[in-house]
Amino acid sequence: MPYSEKILEHYNNPRNVGSFDASDPNVGTGLVGAPECGDVMKLQIRVNPQTGIIEDAKFKTFGCGSAIASSSLATEWLKGKTLEEAAAIKNTEIVEELALPPVKVHCSVLAEDAIKAALKNYQEKQQAAEKASPCEPAAV
Amino acid sequence: MIKLPIYMDNNSTTRCDPRVVEAMLPYFTEKYGNAASRSHAYGWEAEAAVEEAREQIADILGASAKEIIFTSGATESNNLALKGVAGMYKKKGTHIITQATEHKAVLDTCKRLERDGFQVTYLPVDKYGQVHPDQVRDAITDKTILVSIMTANNEIGTLQPIQAIGKICKEKGVLFHTDAVQAVGKIPLDVEAMGIDLLSLTAHKIYGPKGIGALYVRKKDPRVRLEPQIDGGGHERGMRSGTLPVPLIVGFGKACTIAKVEMAEEVARTFALRERLREGIMSRLPETYLNGHPTERLPGNANISFAYVEGEGLMMGIKDVAVSSGSACTSASLEPSYVLRALGVGDELAHSSIRFGIGRFNTHEEVDYVVDLVVREVNRLREMSPLYEMVQQGLDLKKIEWAHH
Repeated sequence: MPYSEKILEHYNNPRNVGSFDASDPNVGTGLVGAPECGDVMKLQIRVNPQTGIIEDAKFKTFGCGSAIASSSLATEWLKGKTLEEAAAIKNTEIVEELALPPVKVHCSVLAEDAIKAALKNYQEKQQAAEKASPCEPAAV
Repeated sequence: MIKLPIYMDNNSTTRCDPRVVEAMLPYFTEKYGNAASRSHAYGWEAEAAVEEAREQIADILGASAKEIIFTSGATESNNLALKGVAGMYKKKGTHIITQATEHKAVLDTCKRLERDGFQVTYLPVDKYGQVHPDQVRDAITDKTILVSIMTANNEIGTLQPIQAIGKICKEKGVLFHTDAVQAVGKIPLDVEAMGIDLLSLTAHKIYGPKGIGALYVRKKDPRVRLEPQIDGGGHERGMRSGTLPVPLIVGFGKACTIAKVEMAEEVARTFALRERLREGIMSRLPETYLNGHPTERLPGNANISFAYVEGEGLMMGIKDVAVSSGSACTSASLEPSYVLRALGVGDELAHSSIRFGIGRFNTHEEVDYVVDLVVREVNRLREMSPLYEMVQQGLDLKKIEWAHH
């Protein structure tokens, strides 16, 4: 199956590979997929608590080239976005940008799921921190 | 100087040997007669060429030329063997025995026969992909008409104990078919010594042309009869009608002769290259696993799983090397290789498998290049793998609750 130039470019030069400290209260972590299914994405965002803007994003992916490219692209798009803007990213935009073939659409779905999971994790942490006593460290 | 991409997918198909092409060429433009034309020199010339090729093909199997039926390839040979026996012997019985890691050309044919009222036993295999002869013995009933067990597996290269199975079938009076597509030219075959009644083979796996195969059909002790699947002019003893593709048949014959004459030397060379590849990769990369049998396997085949790295993702990284993967991503289905699953290889490792198929035209320079490339890419992809990171942190991947999709 021929791959688009954009998939190959992201695969060969993936953006933002790496990890943040998942216990950092300003970090949201999404882990989606399963090894038995052939793809697992870990996507993390770091949010500026003052502005509510995603300042940085990182990923690690076990999967095919399209899965790696989808998550690499997702981290690029997340940077500089508000949480609301990030939540509005649709898998179809990833499909379009990377010219994913139909059999690879599930990779973009997984990337969207990873974004949503990271946002949810961040928001849950924030809510937990609000509930916790201000004298004690936030629960993670 | 290495020419890229390197072809290392010889279990899938092979490059036509230039000697084979040379033998074929006159039969396109000069000796183009129909082998069934009995009335002129063009026909006689074509017929003589076909009969010579039939001898050459029979010779590599220890068979006689009259027992070779030409087909379009091994898929058709397998269909003809199974459906042909089923149709001809259904009054005697309706039970067929095969095993889980057969090629789809056998398994899907069995599925169709089941829909047509036959009973099929699919024997499980051990962790190396082998069937034990006793499993075959125990599965045979008074309704069994055919046992079909491949000689060597196309994905993992595992050899089956064909001779012992053939012996059991003889004792029990059950016909024995083997799909020997991967084994021809790699291990010595003898239909008499191995008790084989039907054997499928194809030219393109042995450096011959695509589009021509054969089915060996035993002519005596017992005389195997088949219900034809293609009706027409009564070619090939009535078992397979259709004008013979003379150039392809000539190439098939030549490919068999070369394979037989050069087998010992070629097996030694491809085995040495395979071991150089396997050791090179597995000694430099931890958590890599050889799928299939460690010794009872095709000389050129290495099927290796690379933990924490997905097979298709790896193939993109080593795109200068033509190989195959057991990953689901390479097929339309979402399931990883049914062969690896039958061995009990976990889905995660099945997704991480690459099949290397070394053949006649590979060199040790190519092997060294592939080893370096694979080691570099697996290390790069592991650095990018969340699974590798989790294991480095001491997490047990089996204890994590994954969101299955």
